[in-house]
Amino acid sequence: MKRALVEIARQPATCVAVFLIAAVVLAAIAAPWLAPYSPDAQPFDGLSLDGAPLPPGSKYWLGTDTLGRDLLSRLLYGARTSLVIGLVANGVAVMIGMIVGVVAGYVSGFVGNALMRFTDLMMAFPALLLAIVLAALLRPSLWIVALVIALVNWVQVARIIYTQTRGLVERDFILAERSLGAGHMRILFRHIAPHLLPSAIVWGTLGVATTVLLEATLSFLGVGVQPPQPSWGNIIYESQSYFEAAPWLVFIPGAIILATALSFNLVGDALRDLLDPTQRGRG
Amino acid sequence: MAALLARRVLQAVAVLLGVAIITFLLLHYLPADPAALVAGRSANAQMIANVRHQLGLDLPLPLQFWRYLSGLARGDLGRSYIQRSEVATLVIARIPATLVLMACGVLVEVALGLTFGVIGALRRNGFIDRAVMMFAFVGVSSPQFVVALLLLYVFAAHLGWFPMSGYGTPAHVVLPALTLGLLGAGWYARMVRSAMIDVLNQDYVRTARAKGLSRPRVVLRHALPNALLPIVAMIGIDIGQFMGGVVVVEAVYGWPGIGQLAWQAIQQADVPIIMGVTLVSSLAIVLANLLADLVAPLLDPRIRVR
Repeated sequence: MKRALVEIARQPATCVAVFLIAAVVLAAIAAPWLAPYSPDAQPFDGLSLDGAPLPPGSKYWLGTDTLGRDLLSRLLYGARTSLVIGLVANGVAVMIGMIVGVVAGYVSGFVGNALMRFTDLMMAFPALLLAIVLAALLRPSLWIVALVIALVNWVQVARIIYTQTRGLVERDFILAERSLGAGHMRILFRHIAPHLLPSAIVWGTLGVATTVLLEATLSFLGVGVQPPQPSWGNIIYESQSYFEAAPWLVFIPGAIILATALSFNLVGDALRDLLDPTQRGRG
Repeated sequence: MAALLARRVLQAVAVLLGVAIITFLLLHYLPADPAALVAGRSANAQMIANVRHQLGLDLPLPLQFWRYLSGLARGDLGRSYIQRSEVATLVIARIPATLVLMACGVLVEVALGLTFGVIGALRRNGFIDRAVMMFAFVGVSSPQFVVALLLLYVFAAHLGWFPMSGYGTPAHVVLPALTLGLLGAGWYARMVRSAMIDVLNQDYVRTARAKGLSRPRVVLRHALPNALLPIVAMIGIDIGQFMGGVVVVEAVYGWPGIGQLAWQAIQQADVPIIMGVTLVSSLAIVLANLLADLVAPLLDPRIRVR
């Protein structure tokens, strides 16, 4: 743990990333206290006299959207949506991936083979297209969107965990355990799971970036989180046709999505270097 | 080689069959009712039932699937519910536009990736190297639609260098291709860089230098070809990413490819078109991976076919 902190502290980019993640988490938790206005309020002076959204200024710090709502407040509440989906969807995806990967790697024979063939099949699906189709036809809500994202994102985790489990099963200490009479459950949870923990942590972090981006993309297409509940993607969706006149409505949320995804990617990468020395300096 | 090819083709067919089954089941059990959508908002129960019968949606599911499969075997992807024409015709008409877009996107990725990857490997930890490494992370963390809108804002709306949307002239393809290619280019550069660093440390490169060859010749003629291998595999994987990416990019730029076709079909619950586009996309992914596997031994004879 101490080594981890020292390592992370040595890289300025990673420090900034940790700080940004903390800021987003704080914004999501404290949105009701931080937000200067209600995210749905349409104050009488929220639009200019000819009905255009207001640019960033002293009253509405980041400007207002096309309905005259305060952009900053919507972004703060949007952090809740995006983060909840990011964490839940990715958590579910990592869990599915772990279970499929471990079972396929540990149980050889028909079950293992069938699971891996299914994983290969999922790899041949255009993931984003699948997610868009599912989200569009399922009449999306927050949890449906999270579920859809999880259903298309577990595949990569399963592949990696499978390879690792296969490697572990071959090792002598597992054979020793087994010859000492340890049951499958004991071997899986006491001896294999601890070795997979680093990968789970790394993917638990890296995957949040993918998930946040996917949620934003689905919401941008109008099949993700539905307005008026704000999410970073649907704020852009609602104002994309005005982006020439009101660029802040597209590029401020866009920059926040980028910063969040980038932070999770950087921290995930730093964690991988730290937890998995064999990967150090590669790719 | 022939045996390997046969086995891989068989695998590919099995994968496509699996994709067809899953897509079919998913679309069947989704809550949206195509018959009701086709019949229109003012339709009564009788009209909806008629439409359902016309579309063959009242048949038992296995029979429906069998009809679909036997159609597939003849190259028939069914008829669109809404546009009333053959799905195969609709999809094939859209493929050239998407191919152009994807080819240009790959070109951007590979050109930038090779250039900056080689520079990074030669000037390790230099300014360009560090910038490219950082850009690789920014690229994979960027929401594609925001980049698309940003490029539109700067280069179309403000500078007026390129048209806002549409299709037809080379100028139209620049921004969509950049959107597709720019974000992945950093990651290509990372791959090329690490492959180049490995190769540059090998004995034969030192020998080439020692016998007096110029540095550019050693780098470009002796080292680079051996560093290309990961790029080939990566293009194969990338096609899959692109098949999803084109939906977003084509939606923003009004590019008339299969992504746009799929997007319109999704909004209208036009199941046959969604099925068709999903199958064609999976076919593209499977073919790209197959090609990458077949090209690899040509580039590197050390990879023996197992």
